[in-house]
Amino acid sequence: MTQETKAVPFDGLGQQPPSSSGIMDAVRKLFRMRETGLVLIIVALFIVMSFASPYFLTWVNMRAMAMAFAVEGIVVVGMTILLISGGIDLSVGSVTALAMVIAGLLFLAGVDPWTASALAILACTGIGAIMGFFVTTVGLHHFIVSLAVMVIARGACLLGTGGRPIGLYTLPPEFKFIGQGSIGVIPVVIIIFLVVVVASDFMLRRTTIFRKVFYTGSNEKAAAYSGIRTKRVVFFTTTLCSALCGFAGIIYMARFGSAQPTFGIGMELNVIAAAVIGGASLSGGTGTIFGAILGVILLSVVSSSLALLDVSVYWQDIIRGSILLSAVTIDHYLNKRRR
Amino acid sequence: MTSDLILQISNLSKSFGAIQALRDVRFELRKGEVHAIAGENGAGKSTLMNVIDGIVRPDSGEIRFDGQKVNITSPAVAQRLGIGFVHQEIALCPDISVAENIFMATTNVSRAPLMNYTRLAEKAADVLYRLGDIDPSALVRSLSISQQQLVEIAKALTLDCRVLILDEPTAALTEKEAQILFDIMRKLVSQGISIIYISHRMVEIFDNCDRVSVFRDGQYITTRNVAETTPTEIVNAMVGRVIDKLYPEKQGESEKSESVILSVRHLTEKRRFADISFDLRQGEILGLAGLIGAGRSEIVKGICKLEGEVTGEIVLNGRQLDTSHYQESIAEGLVYLSEDRKGDGLFLDMSIAENVSALSLGQVSSQLGIINDRLEAGLARRLGAMLNLKCGHVAEPVSNLSGGNQQKVAIAKLLSVNPKVIFLDEPTRGVDVGAKSEIHRILRDLARKGVGIVMISSELPELIGVCDRVLVVREGRISGELSGKDMTEENIMYRASVSDKRLEAVQ
Repeated sequence: MTQETKAVPFDGLGQQPPSSSGIMDAVRKLFRMRETGLVLIIVALFIVMSFASPYFLTWVNMRAMAMAFAVEGIVVVGMTILLISGGIDLSVGSVTALAMVIAGLLFLAGVDPWTASALAILACTGIGAIMGFFVTTVGLHHFIVSLAVMVIARGACLLGTGGRPIGLYTLPPEFKFIGQGSIGVIPVVIIIFLVVVVASDFMLRRTTIFRKVFYTGSNEKAAAYSGIRTKRVVFFTTTLCSALCGFAGIIYMARFGSAQPTFGIGMELNVIAAAVIGGASLSGGTGTIFGAILGVILLSVVSSSLALLDVSVYWQDIIRGSILLSAVTIDHYLNKRRR
Repeated sequence: MTSDLILQISNLSKSFGAIQALRDVRFELRKGEVHAIAGENGAGKSTLMNVIDGIVRPDSGEIRFDGQKVNITSPAVAQRLGIGFVHQEIALCPDISVAENIFMATTNVSRAPLMNYTRLAEKAADVLYRLGDIDPSALVRSLSISQQQLVEIAKALTLDCRVLILDEPTAALTEKEAQILFDIMRKLVSQGISIIYISHRMVEIFDNCDRVSVFRDGQYITTRNVAETTPTEIVNAMVGRVIDKLYPEKQGESEKSESVILSVRHLTEKRRFADISFDLRQGEILGLAGLIGAGRSEIVKGICKLEGEVTGEIVLNGRQLDTSHYQESIAEGLVYLSEDRKGDGLFLDMSIAENVSALSLGQVSSQLGIINDRLEAGLARRLGAMLNLKCGHVAEPVSNLSGGNQQKVAIAKLLSVNPKVIFLDEPTRGVDVGAKSEIHRILRDLARKGVGIVMISSELPELIGVCDRVLVVREGRISGELSGKDMTEENIMYRASVSDKRLEAVQ
């Protein structure tokens, strides 16, 4: 589309190019979207895998796969929004684990699990606010600040638990229900995930608050010259990402029935990879929730497929890394052609 | 006949996808001449220069250098032939010294295993003393933009070039620095070097060039001796139609009004400007003239509360403003158009509609803060039509638009909030002649409708042609006010560059 419209409308005559019918436009638009490509790749993987392994297309496997990406998907939402605003967060894994540890320790100290969870999420939000302070007021880079917090939060997890998982055997069933229960045949975890995804996708596309996130990430100076308080925007996205990590941590705790201080090591890479495969740019300004979620699904289908095909865990990392590199390379060339 | 030609291009064509950037173009450069290239944005000037410098390979056509048919396949080949290209964008390494930057190419091909910094600094000082007061050991980061531009030129000069391409070299230079550059150009020409000079400024072309070639829509139009043509003729050849009036009608006597829209008193910012006082009257376009770095942008940004800690009174329509952030200024009706459209004016990868609504999200969304796409597109379409914006669809990314249309989007963005006063910083920089006069007309229309217009421009003919009154800023203070017949380039330049003491002595 860019090719034709570029050539036609600027001939100085002020004529608009003839627009083709709405349906054709929509179809063409659909094919230009990167999400379409991702869906096609995922579908192709499904087809190949259903022949390669009889176990792949079973309800049990599908459910396991969905459970695997659902909670991480919530963190991916936070990361995608942060990436759009031009930031990045390496501390997501540690902060998720810290939420579990704080809630777990509070629960063992006699606080009821709901209050303990709320306090843990609040603490994680506070950590995000502290990072936001260092980034916006002090003026440090997201990468460095979140790298430091990643290490600090992990240290706090180990300090609080002595490095061992805390079993939470007395968690009430209604709390465990969040992580383990189902409504009908659909696990609660997946319902929560879908609600977060649909809500955030809508907000990102349609609300003024999140539009300001795009403006800020696209061109921070232009945003400031449009009267947008860009520091507040970045503070908000940084805090929101950590808050979502806290929320995810609580769901993990309910699912495992324990608090694991070493949980989520390396999670940041998976989460950033998913967002980037889904179209988020590390330089800010672009990204969609839908794309990022497809990114998570792709990575998780690949992991699951490799496991079913008995490929060594060590190979899995190599393959995941290669997928990330190819996705970004393809995107780079597509973008170049479009310009 | 061909012996006096250093560069001869014939039947050159190049297309990028569906767009034909150059069509059967020819161009001849004589030894020891300054040859200006004129044309609107998108006329094919840059593509032609990129072909000459080996950055772009032509589809067909012939290039002869000093009579020999050549195949310039890369900038390195061009360099070996003796073609130097000073790009408009500054491409220096900010964290290394001026000397190292100047001799980057030499260092690159040098066989010596160790750097000889002492010698490098000496050689750099040798080149630099011709260009101005720049310390060869300073880090490039610490230089002003204009000094950096001079370093770029110094870099090209060290390459022993026979043809030097200068792409809008004066865009970031002050008048004084530009004069130094012109002197250097003359010196180079007397040494037999040929210069291709690209500029939008007719005055520069007519003052400093021997011949001028005009391009339009990728085609070669004409070549004239500067002595035998007029700016009007060249402009008409550039746009392919007759622009009878370069500037719109000014405010008529009967339209003059005494009612003041904006009144600024004793505006001061510790480091940048002091005691700025002026009134903006109903219906007038007020110009701010001055050298680059005089503080014009800073004053305007200060009024809008965009940067700096400003003290002083700002009175809008009789009411004193108590704003502390640009967001509040926008709400009061003061808006600012940035001088660097691409750098901080627009969201290039976002759509036209999304750009236009950046200041006015409240208008296109519900009370819950949910954006209504249809309202948003409608706003962009309405303002786009008003400004005669040429675009396919408002959902297109702004990066698809030409410079002039991008600037219209930036102006539409400001108009979306129905401003009372618009401050425009270099509103026609990098905009082609056709769109430029359209923007001037738009500003005049707005002024007629009662919107206050304050315009900064470094292009004196533009200020004189468009504004009803001009304030001259020098070193952070207002050094003069001119209107009517007193608005001449000499008067403005004098007040912009000569210190008060000398001014008093003369008066």
